[in-house]
Amino acid sequence: MNSQEKLYEIWVYLQSEPLFWLTLTLGAYIIGDYIYKKSNLFPLFNPVAISILIVSSILIFFNISYERYFSGAQFIHFLLGPVTVALAIPIYKKWSIVTSYLIPIIISVLIGCSFAILSTYCFSVFIITDEKILLSILPRNVTAPIAMGISELIGGIPSVTAIITIITGIIGAAFGSFILDIFKITNMSARGFSLGLASHGIGTARAMSKNDTAGVFAAVAMGLSGITTSLLMPIFITILF
Amino acid sequence: MLKGIFIVFLFQLFGEFVQKFFLLTLPGPVLGLIFLLITLLLFKKQKYFSHIFDSKLMIVSENLISYLPLLFVPIGVGVVMHLSFLRESIFPLLIIIFFSTLLTILVTALIMGNLAKKK
Repeated sequence: MNSQEKLYEIWVYLQSEPLFWLTLTLGAYIIGDYIYKKSNLFPLFNPVAISILIVSSILIFFNISYERYFSGAQFIHFLLGPVTVALAIPIYKKWSIVTSYLIPIIISVLIGCSFAILSTYCFSVFIITDEKILLSILPRNVTAPIAMGISELIGGIPSVTAIITIITGIIGAAFGSFILDIFKITNMSARGFSLGLASHGIGTARAMSKNDTAGVFAAVAMGLSGITTSLLMPIFITILF
Repeated sequence: MLKGIFIVFLFQLFGEFVQKFFLLTLPGPVLGLIFLLITLLLFKKQKYFSHIFDSKLMIVSENLISYLPLLFVPIGVGVVMHLSFLRESIFPLLIIIFFSTLLTILVTALIMGNLAKKK
């Protein structure tokens, strides 16, 4: 057996094992995170977007099926469930803020989440003809694991939801502060809260990097909007479809 | 660490069970989140529980959450299965997301700003 055949055989073996795909995913994320930090946290250089770009390019270039990749990468994917449960901790830690601003938070989170769902529906109902796609984009303002869970339960396509959710986060983080400045909203709790509610973890990271108060309110809003949207979505689905 | 992981898994398991049993439209992990939050708040003053929850669970959850973005990568790579769909509808989608997201931020900030000021 010559060395080329040997290499090919090793490759065939490796790509059938999870290790290769797990290493690739971690490596791509480390590169993405490095570029993001080097760019001074510039929102368009989002580490998730960069790592997706790297891994997808490799899959397309080497003509590898997504199923093959996912059979290995599913071990990372599995942690999305536990991390959703773990989001209880930041809400618990900031519980004194939740109780001292109870009424403003409840009203803002209810109206904000309803507005996010309804505005997405109104803008897209005439443009998106495929009902599965429409259902997939409705929960896009909440953190990806929750959005994907909702999407699956209402009959959407979770992987489409994941992409749309990430794009939402990047847009909110990139342009959110800008729109708040135009309308002269200076209250840090309101700025943080709206970023966390409308653009989940990516917006929260942005708020945290700018101001402590804004960061706390963003984290609270991200957690509560996940719960609220899960509760509201079935009601809106019954009304709208 | 191990106890922390066990608690998180246990609450997710319980959440998934309740979701399937009552056929709820809430995702199992979200139910797990709600149950864990209620448990934490109920047993806040109990010494033994609060020790486990405060130390063990904090470490696990903070570590997990700090790697949250990484966990989206496997499902995000699923984009390769939707390339033809994205090629034809990415621009309208970007416009929808852009306006809807910025309007949501504005509306939420205006409400929160006004209500928080009155306090």
